Amino acid sequence: MGFVEGLKCRECGREYKIAPIYVCEFCFGPLEAVYDYKKIKKSLNRKKILQREKNLWRYKELLPIDGEPQVGLNSGFTPLVETKNLARELGVKSLFVKDDTVVHPTLSFKDRVVAVALTKAKEFGFDTVACASTGNLAHSVSAHGAKAGLKRFIFIPATLEASKITAALIYEPNLIAVDGNYDDVNRLCSEIANKYKWAFVNINIRPFYAEGSKTLGFEIIEQLGWNAPDNVVVPCASGSLLTKVWKSFKEFHEIGIIKKLETKVFAAQAQGCNPIAAALKSHTDVIRPMKPHTIAKSLAIGNPADGYYAVKVVQETGGCGGEVTDQEIIDGIKLLARTEGIFAETAGGVTVAVTKKLIENGSIGKNDTTVICVTGNGLKTQEALTGNMLKAHYIPPKMDAFEEVLLKIK
Amino acid sequence: MAVKVRIPTPLQKLTEGKEEVESAAGTVIDIVKDLDGRYAGIAERISDGGKIRRFVNIYVNEEDIRFLKAEQTTVNDGDIVSIVPAIAGGCL
Repeated sequence: MGFVEGLKCRECGREYKIAPIYVCEFCFGPLEAVYDYKKIKKSLNRKKILQREKNLWRYKELLPIDGEPQVGLNSGFTPLVETKNLARELGVKSLFVKDDTVVHPTLSFKDRVVAVALTKAKEFGFDTVACASTGNLAHSVSAHGAKAGLKRFIFIPATLEASKITAALIYEPNLIAVDGNYDDVNRLCSEIANKYKWAFVNINIRPFYAEGSKTLGFEIIEQLGWNAPDNVVVPCASGSLLTKVWKSFKEFHEIGIIKKLETKVFAAQAQGCNPIAAALKSHTDVIRPMKPHTIAKSLAIGNPADGYYAVKVVQETGGCGGEVTDQEIIDGIKLLARTEGIFAETAGGVTVAVTKKLIENGSIGKNDTTVICVTGNGLKTQEALTGNMLKAHYIPPKMDAFEEVLLKIK
Repeated sequence: MAVKVRIPTPLQKLTEGKEEVESAAGTVIDIVKDLDGRYAGIAERISDGGKIRRFVNIYVNEEDIRFLKAEQTTVNDGDIVSIVPAIAGGCL
């Protein structure tokens, strides 16, 4: 049996039974899973975790399921890469990349949340899963859902790039391309979710889905030898990932897996969509919605649902926000690839570029241990790099032609 | 002429099923109190201690009151007030 007692409104505290619901019917606040930490403390420890398979379910007591894991049995436990070249370039001692460019099966951290969401959807008895997405989530629901034998309805903005459409369609979901932007798609999905008895991972399954992000934080602590880092830099779209990473650190502290927790949490955004960073800069918790305009499309949410909570976490831990231009994002992607051999999507470029700024302005200390979260694979957003790449050397198949090029390179 | 107030579906149980009701002019919080006089219970659903709840958005003539004077925003005769629950959904 699971360790979740029920759902609770984050705003007014009203409690609900475990069900596919996501909003408090009294005050409209978001619902969150409530765990019995005392029971978990007795049941889960480092030794037990270490004996388990290297996937995200090794922390299953802290995930909102009742039975055994059913989806994503190969997802998670991505490398925590200790950077040498990047750390040297940025002038810090200890810098790690949590490398979610390689999550199984669709190469982004969404495979974590979807693993939890679809396991829960199966527990609830749904036969159809759905989502609104601009890319990574569409891929993950399509793929995980295929293996889990679920019917899938994937809603995307019709303007999505051809390569992203292919990467979803290959799993043969029902792909619905809506004439409108992401906000339009989301609004339509809310209406559909009210009418059809489907598991919309980011609507009625959201309280369960979002918990999957915690596994990224649990892994960071385990991979740092059961230590929390001094700083963690997290990219923000809705702000959910940031709040859940912090929650995971607090949970490990609460159940005694770690003794010390003094981590500062930093929020990374693109200048063209910076509602969370802007609120932090002006020392307020009021999020001003905006129209996104950035190449970091996976972060382009102008009205972030968890923005308020993300701002609170950053303020509470003594971190701050950071924002970067599109050119800095591209330079960030290239820097990470050139120094560490990791090809991140645009959101990863945001994280790297913001980290660089935070180090330069002294927000991140040179002797600190810092982890940066790189959450998706660059092969998915190659179009963002057009015009910013090195050129290949084109030659005829002749030795002298090659040696001519070689002279130029030297 | 009075102020027109648009009521979202989840709150229409309290307004006898009406999608739109009227109120006297005043500040936003005055209007909430005025509505509660006729439709008991509506104030505690959308506000707490004189503050509009975080996941309830209120617009005066399409402008979010958080960017006007919040609860103290003045609403005049002929203005339209919309009460819209924020959807706690979306992406990560």
